[in-house]
Amino acid sequence: MASGKTITIAIMDAPYESANSTTALRIIHAALQQGHNVNVFAYEGAVNLTMKAQQPHANPVKGTTVEQEQHPTTKDWIASLFKLAKDKGVKLDWNNCGLCVDERGAGDWIEGPRRGSPKDFLEASSASDATLVIPTK
Amino acid sequence: MAKHIFIESRDPFDSADVDYFSELVQGIANRGQEVILFLVQNGVLATRRGSKHNERITQFMKHKVKVVADGFSLRERGISKPFDGVEVADMDHLVKLLLEPGTKAIWH
Repeated sequence: MASGKTITIAIMDAPYESANSTTALRIIHAALQQGHNVNVFAYEGAVNLTMKAQQPHANPVKGTTVEQEQHPTTKDWIASLFKLAKDKGVKLDWNNCGLCVDERGAGDWIEGPRRGSPKDFLEASSASDATLVIPTK
Repeated sequence: MAKHIFIESRDPFDSADVDYFSELVQGIANRGQEVILFLVQNGVLATRRGSKHNERITQFMKHKVKVVADGFSLRERGISKPFDGVEVADMDHLVKLLLEPGTKAIWH
């Protein structure tokens, strides 16, 4: 059941670089699971988290195939978060920083995220019950 | 009274910044404010029994700082039982803490 509460999270790390990405996605998952709305402001390298062309890979060190490896991609994880939000009847508003997207040529993303700016983060934060900024190291 | 959640993600053996962050945590607690230190990722390495950073955790507790460690991060690092007094929790708990009215959260 929807709680009516909203949490805003800013993330900055590019995918597959820092445990921050995994932790941020775990926090978003927990918040949605509890029935809260979640705003995400993806800044700098984090705009790559939702890139549609991401592909899982085999592991030549272990000798495993793509299927055996079950390598998770951030875009699939985030797609599942959008599905969870829909199932829970809450809103996941994923905002990719437009200038960061343009710099990186990272505009081809999965269904769900939208283009925005730091102004959106300020407005989302001001209207939220909680805000967490996860800076890059 | 404001409640503060300090989230430490960095390895205390790797980053000297952890010392400064710890001073901030203790300084806020010394002002009589409610303080929770939530350890996540490599931040949980301070809770491994026998670590030289156990003493820091003891000091936090003396200053009424509640120390919480993320269970997922502990399991990833093979810490089955953290240092005495450290509460084990998950992201569900962190979300609940973040949404308590009047709470300020700082990530390091």
